[in-house]
Amino acid sequence: MSRTSESVGLADRASARPARPRPTGGQSTRAARTRRKWYEIIGLTTPALVVYTMFVLVPMGFALYYSLFRWRGAGPPTEFVGLRNYRLAFEDPIFRDALWNNIIIVVGSLLVQVPLAIGIALVLNRRFRGRAFFRLLVLVPFVLAEVAVGIMWRLILASDGSADTLLRALGLGGLVRGWLSDLPLIIWTLLFILTWKYIGFAIILFLAGLSNVPHELSEAAAIDGASWWQIQRHITLPLLGPTIRIWIFLSMIGSLQQFDIIWVVAAPSTRSLGAANTMATYMVDNGFFARLWGYGNSVAVILFGISFVAALLFQRFVLRRDIEGALTGRAN
Amino acid sequence: MARSRRVRTAMALMATTTLLLLGACTKGSEAPAEGQLYANPVTLTWWHNASDEGPGKTFWQKVATDFHTAHPTVTIQIEAIETNQLQRTRIPAALLSNDPPDIFQAWGGGEIVDQVEAGYLKDITDQTKTEATNIGSSAAIWQVQGRQYGLPFRMGIEGFWYNKKLFSDAGITAPPTTLDELKQAVDKLKAKNVIPISVGAGDKWPAAHYWYNFALRACSVDTLKKATLEKVFDDPCFVKAGSDLKDFIGIQPFQPNFIATVSQQGAGSSAGLVATGKAAMELMGDWNLGVMQTLAGDSWTAMKPNIGWFPFPAISGAPGDPKAALGGGDGFACAKNAPAECVEFLKYIVSPAVQKDYAAINVGLPVAKGAETGISEPVLQSILKATNEASYVQLWLDTAYGSTVGTAMNDGIVAIFAGSGTAEKVVDDMKAAAKK
Repeated sequence: MSRTSESVGLADRASARPARPRPTGGQSTRAARTRRKWYEIIGLTTPALVVYTMFVLVPMGFALYYSLFRWRGAGPPTEFVGLRNYRLAFEDPIFRDALWNNIIIVVGSLLVQVPLAIGIALVLNRRFRGRAFFRLLVLVPFVLAEVAVGIMWRLILASDGSADTLLRALGLGGLVRGWLSDLPLIIWTLLFILTWKYIGFAIILFLAGLSNVPHELSEAAAIDGASWWQIQRHITLPLLGPTIRIWIFLSMIGSLQQFDIIWVVAAPSTRSLGAANTMATYMVDNGFFARLWGYGNSVAVILFGISFVAALLFQRFVLRRDIEGALTGRAN
Repeated sequence: MARSRRVRTAMALMATTTLLLLGACTKGSEAPAEGQLYANPVTLTWWHNASDEGPGKTFWQKVATDFHTAHPTVTIQIEAIETNQLQRTRIPAALLSNDPPDIFQAWGGGEIVDQVEAGYLKDITDQTKTEATNIGSSAAIWQVQGRQYGLPFRMGIEGFWYNKKLFSDAGITAPPTTLDELKQAVDKLKAKNVIPISVGAGDKWPAAHYWYNFALRACSVDTLKKATLEKVFDDPCFVKAGSDLKDFIGIQPFQPNFIATVSQQGAGSSAGLVATGKAAMELMGDWNLGVMQTLAGDSWTAMKPNIGWFPFPAISGAPGDPKAALGGGDGFACAKNAPAECVEFLKYIVSPAVQKDYAAINVGLPVAKGAETGISEPVLQSILKATNEASYVQLWLDTAYGSTVGTAMNDGIVAIFAGSGTAEKVVDDMKAAAKK
């Protein structure tokens, strides 16, 4: 959603860039230039706009429409029920569990990943032997396919799997738990897996942000007698702010829409018991598996609404300065 | 020059976009089937769920090739799709789009009722009278209001798969025939430190099947038939099924962490526990032999002679028919506008000759009379015998009641397994789902 609108914005700006002055001047050339500018704008944005309309806006409209029907997917929807599906969703304790699990993942990811990723990024930003290797290493989980990661952790964390074996071998057999079967514990196991999977992305973003911090600033501070910690606290971190805020934005939206890893790792029973479900898994379980298509669409609309409002609020209040001009590019 | 090139580029871009749009919107329309059978060349698209490489997939390919050889005007295009994806998303979406496959997997029961009501399926009653008669009572699962809309190729009842050696080691001389005997067997196996029963509650339906069997014993056949037809669950026998199940879970017959154990993947799955000799019993359908064989790998040769099967035990004093059994199958149906050759192909699939070959690959029990001789496994022969001797075969309740009530029912039963559900809530949730 936000990604597509961004790319539209980019195309817009690119085409709006003033053309290099040409040797022949005059009135007719300027008019031609304006005309050409419009050809370019239309030519370059049309494909994106058409695709965006067909595959984003139109399906969204359909979802909204279908969500107002009691519809089981056989034949066209005919039984209009208004907002009944939305009421049923919020009345279902399993949906409220899903919403709560999403909140745990959003907040948990931020609380765990931000300090951890900043710490690791700061370390990896210093010069030492093998730095490139470690930088590569932290990115490995992020580039692995979600389903592969899910299957791997499901095998590791199965009862008497390698995690349990390792703990027992270390003499920590007392710590062995039903990582994926002890209902109150599962969401925390999942949070661990999600952190393992996605922290590499945060680290690589922060490293990119750190490389943009001018070296002269910390040098000057060091000459003035600032310690390494003081430099990080008062110079590096504030300058890393925009990167951190962008990452929080991406992490938040990703957490709200979390589906694949949980779908693969957690057993279907733990989803329907509300121990390991999210709004997205709830949507698929009810929409496709229970064949409640209208109801499933209403859950999709709720999920979209929550993500959209969260994104708007975050952009409005937190990202305002960072993205100024990017989404509201001035015409020249 | 430069300018006109740019304009042309822009126009080319727009033209491409338009073409893409057109391509997405136009749909290849097939010429309607007309006139004599096999007169015109037709292509049948066939969606089945034997998506894993193995004997099942190879077999269907052979069936299609053989049919094409016998009738060269008919070309069959197969698409093998994983069963949940096929049944939950691909087929419903294809039916909605008015461009469905000609012949596709059909579960029967509640689902086929919805599909018939929406006008998606071809009425094949008149063309398949011989086949339906030869298949017998299970053909009724693919009927709606007395009309035939599909035919099964596989059908079997479920029961306990057990390890004869673990049984005799624990001093159990004969397979249990009553619930009390089953409970005693559980105690004896526990005393030997063997997992008495493995259950794949992680997948929900393997756990739910216990409730189905208790319902089959607690409810009269009439009540069960009425529930399937009218989605009425007011009879107290449905609550009784839940409380019987609660009692049974109370004796702790299952493996640790059973709530998240899956049924068919890996050695730690419920089938894997039986296949590797760690658990003594599992309640499962006729396909379990093939599943266990895959999971056991090389050790299967040593394990196979130990594997036996017995039907779900009777409950003394229960009003349900003790000879009634729970079962299910797989079938195919033709789309409403499929060419007439589709029905001929369906008839070919369920013909005794093809069914006999199907029986020989040991992936499921055939339905057509005359195919029994193809079964080589003694344990499968005993299931076939029990299937034929059953006084009444109730289709898996989640299939019979349709996905919506079925899912609510299974979720409620899993909550009983997790310790948080109640017998009453299962029935309440089923009633609520019927209105959802």
